Amino acid sequence: MIRLEGITKAYQLDGVVVEALRGIDLEVKEGEFVAIVGPSGSGKSTLMNIIGCLDTPTTGKYWLKGQEVSKLSDNKLAEIRNLLIGFVFQSFNLLPRLTALENVERPLIYRGVAKKERRKLAEKALERVGLADRMFHRPNQLSGGQQQRVAVARALVGDPAIILADEPTGNLDSVSGKEVMSLLRELHAQGRTVLLITHDAEIARQAERRVKIFDGRIQEEGEVGL
Amino acid sequence: MNLLQAVRLAFGAILANKLRSFLTMLGVIIGVFAVVALVSLGQGATSQVTAEIQGMGSNLIVLAIHGRGGMDSLTLSEAESLAKRPGVGAVAPVVDGYATVKFATESSYTNLVGTTPAYAVVRNHFADRGRFLADVDVQNRLPVAVLGADVAERLFGDMDPVGQEIRINGAAFTVIGVLEPKGFSLGGSSDDFVIIPASTAERLLRRQGIRTVYLQAETAAAIDMVVNSLESLLQLYFRDENAYNVFTQAEILDILSEVTGILTLMLGGIAGISLLVGGIGIMNIMLVSVTERTREIGINKALGAKKRDILLQFLVESIVISGVGGFIGMILGYGAVKLFSGLFGFTITYSPQVVFVAFTFSVFVGIFFGLYPANKAAKLNPIDALRSE
Ligand SMILES: Nc1ncnc2c1ncn2[C@@H]1O[C@H](COP(=O)(O)OP(=O)(O)O)[C@@H](O)[C@H]1O
Ligand SMILES: [Mg+2]
Repeated sequence: MIRLEGITKAYQLDGVVVEALRGIDLEVKEGEFVAIVGPSGSGKSTLMNIIGCLDTPTTGKYWLKGQEVSKLSDNKLAEIRNLLIGFVFQSFNLLPRLTALENVERPLIYRGVAKKERRKLAEKALERVGLADRMFHRPNQLSGGQQQRVAVARALVGDPAIILADEPTGNLDSVSGKEVMSLLRELHAQGRTVLLITHDAEIARQAERRVKIFDGRIQEEGEVGL
Repeated sequence: MNLLQAVRLAFGAILANKLRSFLTMLGVIIGVFAVVALVSLGQGATSQVTAEIQGMGSNLIVLAIHGRGGMDSLTLSEAESLAKRPGVGAVAPVVDGYATVKFATESSYTNLVGTTPAYAVVRNHFADRGRFLADVDVQNRLPVAVLGADVAERLFGDMDPVGQEIRINGAAFTVIGVLEPKGFSLGGSSDDFVIIPASTAERLLRRQGIRTVYLQAETAAAIDMVVNSLESLLQLYFRDENAYNVFTQAEILDILSEVTGILTLMLGGIAGISLLVGGIGIMNIMLVSVTERTREIGINKALGAKKRDILLQFLVESIVISGVGGFIGMILGYGAVKLFSGLFGFTITYSPQVVFVAFTFSVFVGIFFGLYPANKAAKLNPIDALRSE
């Protein structure tokens, strides 16, 4: 599903080169639930953004579903994000103007789904995350946990093959965090590939497989139960 | 994303910031309003002037004598003899000046026109009460007067002036008629004068000679021929082409419609500038909006928005602002034109083309000034946009 080969990413900051990733090789199979663990600043988010086609690597090769991503146009990448990937961010990234329902509908708008159908799918997604009674609330009328659940609903509404979650519990209390984690586990149980990024070993333990990253390099990989 | 969806999103964004959207729109509203109102005003003035000039008499030719040396005018009989020239239908020589006209205690300082009976036909200005001058009046230098409608109104009010005795510069005159009212013209009222026989006027004003002659060509086709023959005659007579001037109604019309055309263009131009300023306002706000919504753009890109989607979203937003503004401005402009023409009894031409052009232009303003901000938004790198605060 996902194959990275020698991925590096360097940022130029005031003439100083920051090497966020220094040669990542990683393969994630279809249906896997992988946690990428590492301390803050180790390059986890950079890696996820590259996997999510939001950013491009400085060097290295990336195959997604057998396609080499670096060869694709911006439009094609947007299409991949829209059809293949669902994002869950640490800071929720909901659109503050819109209701929960409208937020969840957004990816379907860019997919060209008709209004009625869109609404139905969005309602269903919100029901799945237990927010059927909060559809017309705006993000600022929802708790952090609820907002993140809206974000999960938005990630799953388009039925993507891959879910990318970057510290999804980072801004949440432990109860809300558990709710979100159980949703992610559910998504995995339905056969989706889930990539979870976290600095929390406790949370990472819930994944099938853990990849430790430190200073832009993969340090070790561990199997379930280790 | 289709256009309908883009319009929906645009309305959502516009309504999310109502006051700001309205203020931005106001620039366009004022611009389009100004274009519609001012250009209509200008066109109204043009058509009014045209109607007026045409109402001066048909196939009119005006001869103005400036003179040279001692020869500074034509005699009355010389002027009258012009009527015998080929193509000339009628001739009305004019001796003009100013005079104080009195009736009872009312007094009025007004224009005095000494002329002949032909004047009524040539200038298309007839008496609607009493009668106009007759040949006998001129031949016998009779002290009779025909009053312009305004003068009659000022001196007599509701009373019938016909048969009354008035004093012009102290001399007694009998009112034989009142002219039909013509209304306002460029030079003020066309009803503010008194007509007396040319012969009487020469004596009253102590001035011999005719300096203005109105001629009527028999047909429109004869005008050029008459003008040419008049010019060669006068050249022979004065031997100085600066001593006289022959001009036709068409020439006057040309000059005036050029003037009013420039006026309309200027008004339209000024109004157009305000529409342009409105467009710059849109661009300004759209740029602010793109900056403010950078994160929103990033989120949308993460969710799969293509460049084209973002471009469309912002462009449609600016077009909706300018289009709605243009529509409101158009309605207000149309209303103002109606109100103005109603209030002042002014004929203001309301032309659908102007409204259409102003509205279309406002939409183009939206496209033109929205394109840069929209393109800026579309080009944002998704990850940079997402990271922005
Ligand atoms: N846009 C950027 N410009 C410069 N440096 C960056 C940028 N994004 C990330 N970095 C740097 O790259 C490194 C990895 O960052 P990140 O991937 O966000 O780490 P993590 O998510 O593991 O905390 C950090 O040192 C960070 O400062
Ligand atoms: Mg991070």
